[in-house]
Amino acid sequence: MKAATDQHQGGRQALASHAVQVCFLLVLIVLWFLATNRWGVNRLLLPDPVAVFWELWDILKSGEFVGDLRITLTELAAAFAISATSGVTAGYLVSRSQYRIRVFEPLFAGIYSIPIILFLPLYVLFFGLGPASKIALGATISFFPIVLSTIAGFGTVDKLLVTAARSMGASDYQLFRHVLLPAAFPVVLTGMRMGFTVALLSIIGSETIASLAGLGHRIVHLAEAMEMPRMFAYIAFVVAIAAILNLIISRLEARGRRRP
Amino acid sequence: MTSEVAIRIDGVSHAFGEEGEAHHVRALRDTSLDIFRGELLCLIGPSGCGKSTLLNIIGGLLAPTTGTVHVSGKRVDGPTPREIAFVFQENALFPWNTVFENVDLGMLFQGVPRAQRAARAWRALETVGLKDFAQHYPGQLSGGMRQRAALARALSLETEILLMDEPFGALDEQTRMILGEDLSVLLANTNKTIAFVTHSLGEATFLADRVAVFSARPGTIKEIITIDEPHPRKPDFVTSEKFTKIRNRLYGLLHDEVRQTMAQTMGSTP
Repeated sequence: MKAATDQHQGGRQALASHAVQVCFLLVLIVLWFLATNRWGVNRLLLPDPVAVFWELWDILKSGEFVGDLRITLTELAAAFAISATSGVTAGYLVSRSQYRIRVFEPLFAGIYSIPIILFLPLYVLFFGLGPASKIALGATISFFPIVLSTIAGFGTVDKLLVTAARSMGASDYQLFRHVLLPAAFPVVLTGMRMGFTVALLSIIGSETIASLAGLGHRIVHLAEAMEMPRMFAYIAFVVAIAAILNLIISRLEARGRRRP
Repeated sequence: MTSEVAIRIDGVSHAFGEEGEAHHVRALRDTSLDIFRGELLCLIGPSGCGKSTLLNIIGGLLAPTTGTVHVSGKRVDGPTPREIAFVFQENALFPWNTVFENVDLGMLFQGVPRAQRAARAWRALETVGLKDFAQHYPGQLSGGMRQRAALARALSLETEILLMDEPFGALDEQTRMILGEDLSVLLANTNKTIAFVTHSLGEATFLADRVAVFSARPGTIKEIITIDEPHPRKPDFVTSEKFTKIRNRLYGLLHDEVRQTMAQTMGSTP
């Protein structure tokens, strides 16, 4: 429509793409239903979605999930708190000298590219089967995207802006507060979002490999007991929790970007 | 313009990097110059001749390898934000702050008490004609308006000296013409001392009380030309015979130096 304003069109486009996304998910569920109820796929491999729904209902109503959720979220919060503070601090310190950037940036980038989850057995050996090993692993893995983007954020501040601030008499603190921080903030924030996501992935992942409790532990436990509908219900629950957490963190990032 | 010296440059040389290193560049050689209170002095020369380097040395952003600079009788050994304000080539505004916040921040850095800042910011924005755009971000403004904002930030600092490093360099011809005229009016009203680096012969002729012509790198001042025409200068000065004569003279002085610089950068010996 020619008369429509850009904003109107943008809103309409967003609505249309959301509609397609919802339809895609609905089609998947319908296919799932058909596969189990009409096409005779083994119920042990793929349980009936209706049964899964009632299991999920039972999990939510009974509050059985609370203990595992609390453990997983506590691990996530602790891991992220450690990696965010250490990553931003280390990144800032490295970014203050070109020499240190040349030395440490490739080092961190190299370590970031190897699958650190391979060290999980070592972490379990050091920190035990409890939450400590998950926190340590999650913190290690999420440290790298945070430190790398902090180096990038503080290391690439426009020199002209620094010179301009200095020429007007900015003190070290003023330079940090009014020039370096706002310039680096959006990039650091992106690193924090990436760090948060990989922390969540690695914590749930390591819970499924070696743990005593947590959502990942619960899923594996149900799989071993062949309780497929309940296991699928927990998977759906974890997916929903992960989606909500990512939505929250993306919203926070968008807000932080708007007003540094 | 008076005969009182605002900036005394005495035997200043500057080299980037240590002697013997691969990136050792002698940018400026044994340059001496007095800039008088209230005059607008243009520095013109081939690229790389060290005119921006000299400006940065005057402002205390660079330490000269040899020689001294005195501003109002005091030796420069670091930024002197109470005496000197800079206007840079472009985009030296903080993009995350509005125009008003940019002006305000400059005064915060300089140490102006909070109570005086707002009034001074509005006055500076009014002078450059940007009062209605105070709440815009730099990204929302045209190049010419951004340079007006940068000028407002420098004016709000109320320094006696303005150092301008190709402030209109990235702007189109018409915009720089208008900004040049406005600057001439401003100069007539405020009696500021201005050192102005430019590539444009026309801009130098239109704005300057004196033009210092630099030689090719390592640059030094080859000749100083006085332009005896009161500020504010009228647009019809540009079409006068006097203007053309001075401009042609500058062209002649500069031409050989630019040729020599081109030869240097293309790798052959001059």
